[in-house]
Amino acid sequence: MKWISPNQLRQLGVLGMNSRNIDYIGRSNSRRLFPLVDDKLKTKKLAEKFGMSVPRLFAVINNQHDIQLLEIQLRGRDKFVIKPAQGSGGKGILVISERDGDRYIKSSGASLKLRDLKHHATNILSGLFSLGGRPDVVMIEDMIVFDPIFSHYSYEGVPDIRVIVYKGYPVMAMLRCSTHESDGKANLHQGAVGVGIDMGTGKSLFAVQNNIKIEKHPNTGFSFDDLIIPGWAHILHLASRCYEMVGLGYFGADIVLDKNKGPMILELNARPGLAIQVANQAGLAKRLRLVDQHVLPAPHDVDERVALSKQLFAKSIANV
Amino acid sequence: MSSTLKITLIALFMIVIGLGLTLYKNLALGFPLLPGVSEDVWTIESKISLKPVRGGAVEVVLALPEPDAGWVSLDDHFASSGFHFSVKEKNGHRHAHWTRETMERATTLFYKTQVYRMQDGGLTDRLVPKLAQPNLTSVNTDVMQKVVERLKKASSTPGEFATLLFEKVNLQQPDQDMSFLLSSYGGVHLDVIMDVLAYAKVPSQLIKGIFLEDGRRRQRIDSLVEIVDGDHWLVFNPKTGHEGLPDNFFIWQRGSESMLDVIGGRNSTLEFALVKNTLPLKSLLFMERQIEEQPLLDFSIYSLPVEQQGIFKGLLLIPVGALVIVLLRILVGLKTSGTFMPILIALAFIQTSLLMGLVIFLTVVGFGLWIRYYLSYLNLLLVARITAVVIVVILLMASLSVVSYKLGFHQALTVTFFPTIILAWTIERMSILWEEEGPNEVLIQGGGSLLAAVLAYLMMSMPLVEHLTFNFPELMISLLGVILLLGKYTGYRLFELYRFRDFGRIE
Repeated sequence: MKWISPNQLRQLGVLGMNSRNIDYIGRSNSRRLFPLVDDKLKTKKLAEKFGMSVPRLFAVINNQHDIQLLEIQLRGRDKFVIKPAQGSGGKGILVISERDGDRYIKSSGASLKLRDLKHHATNILSGLFSLGGRPDVVMIEDMIVFDPIFSHYSYEGVPDIRVIVYKGYPVMAMLRCSTHESDGKANLHQGAVGVGIDMGTGKSLFAVQNNIKIEKHPNTGFSFDDLIIPGWAHILHLASRCYEMVGLGYFGADIVLDKNKGPMILELNARPGLAIQVANQAGLAKRLRLVDQHVLPAPHDVDERVALSKQLFAKSIANV
Repeated sequence: MSSTLKITLIALFMIVIGLGLTLYKNLALGFPLLPGVSEDVWTIESKISLKPVRGGAVEVVLALPEPDAGWVSLDDHFASSGFHFSVKEKNGHRHAHWTRETMERATTLFYKTQVYRMQDGGLTDRLVPKLAQPNLTSVNTDVMQKVVERLKKASSTPGEFATLLFEKVNLQQPDQDMSFLLSSYGGVHLDVIMDVLAYAKVPSQLIKGIFLEDGRRRQRIDSLVEIVDGDHWLVFNPKTGHEGLPDNFFIWQRGSESMLDVIGGRNSTLEFALVKNTLPLKSLLFMERQIEEQPLLDFSIYSLPVEQQGIFKGLLLIPVGALVIVLLRILVGLKTSGTFMPILIALAFIQTSLLMGLVIFLTVVGFGLWIRYYLSYLNLLLVARITAVVIVVILLMASLSVVSYKLGFHQALTVTFFPTIILAWTIERMSILWEEEGPNEVLIQGGGSLLAAVLAYLMMSMPLVEHLTFNFPELMISLLGVILLLGKYTGYRLFELYRFRDFGRIE
């Protein structure tokens, strides 16, 4: 075990937590905008207003009394997701992928009764999954049928693409694949696989699990080498447009690829983590500085921003 | 000017101001920077509270301390709001007199003195007081006679007699005769003891004084009993029957004269606030003198009443603990559960001592987690669940106290210094963390918090730190400057050097 020197890290352009907080989040994210992304219901409404593609919301439960309506709201639907509006880190998300009579089947195979769903909704309302235990609201939306291209790379969960957007420019991206170890969650520190993505082409660069490079998905056994994310330009556009939508200077956009509806915004994060650097083996600080150098002359529109990002951060050219 | 530059300048300015004031106090006023060889100097603030009686003059007489057994009193300060004040001497005893023509409102009079024990010595010899027969009713005399006879039969010296007497009086259920005596004396043990001794012709007198405990605010006067056994005096604590003068007992007065006389007032009380200062004697005397001469010091913490000084002594340590936390979180990147929870735990450690504190903390949190695990099956709403945990924590603290007290570990009684609500939240957080992220994360964050608490405790309990924060509070301005600078630190954290250790090497 060898530690790395601060000098080396600086040369690699790695972004540290203190610098992220002061130089980027503190400087370019206005405090009053945080609720827009911390509350997924607000994000979704805003996204719908801007005509962005999001998983369709079909019910919101605001108070304990309305939980009685759950049965009516779920009538005729067998694929849906129940989740807290202010949950963090994927907590409290219940995915129902099938229905068998009066039983609801979770994506993992476990079966639940209506009573269990109501109980879950009560827990959400009481703030069990929100930061600091604040009272929350329940969102019920369409289940994402993820693109079959990902079925080889994910285990018991939806793989999503995290794109870091700085001043409207997508700067770095990774695919997060859940594993058996991560228990269906997509958080890298819980054992999910992070796959660095080439900004220019959408091709995979590295796959990292627990800080160690891997070639194949540990559960499905498929090699990450052949992975190319379809519709890459579209995804970058979607992420970049969120800048106009929420006005945050520095955020992470979580995007999923639906089999039928294409890329959709799942949620935004005003304090995206630093693990994306490990998955890409590239420093964020370096890229963020590059954006700062190019952003000044004239404001770019979305197309120009995406084009510049592709040009600046494509592996073959910059190799940063 | 960029904001970073501005903050840096402000911070540097603050650091310079703080250090400058410190140096000025050190160089120009001679305050010592190091604690040095020091004595435990106790500041005793006596507070006399009284309420007015309708009309008439008021006179308050307080017997001033006549320290014995090596104790020395350094100086006297009196505060007498609107009273005429004088110190008079009568029969070699000093008394403070406060007088006033009329008094409308409840009033408080103060007398402050500083004492320390110059040498560990026994009591100076005194003339044996004259024996006076107690005033007894005929019934009481009979019972007294019986009690004394029985005690005399069982003992051969006055010392043994007294030991036995204390044993009998302090029994949970005294025998019939003793119970009778106690009830006819209104349950006042001391009166019974003194009269039994007098009746048995054992020369005896009271020693009035104070048990010195740091930070006590409402200490009352306590009494010991001394008796003549042959050619020497023996001292007993009447409550326990232990023989010998306790080390932390400051003798105010020997003999049975009254300590406080109030004419023209009612409901008068005498209470003491105590603060221990471990200081070189020289500098303490020096400071006392300086306060009166230096206007700068007149606005310092020393000018506050002792009670508040005691509180500030603790408060001034908090910034040091906070600095430790800031360093650990910003420079090291240590994960703690709750930002300043470790400081509160560290403050509790100061009261309990480190080892005992750790044991108590781990016991309460461990048991709490276990019980919280069952609570989670009940699926309670959040507020109810936290409240349940708070109650469980209090029950745990109570049972820990009782069990350990019964087993004879008196130190565990300090469990009450732990902040209950903070413990409950810690348990709640840890338990959620356990469910969501697994026991590893609990160990990381719990261990991080404890490590931070222990480091903060070690810093805060250093004699040098305590000396500097209390005697040079202006250093806090410098500390604020340092914190401002740290708040602008954008470099890497120590843990990040580990986290990204393989960066660029994975190919």
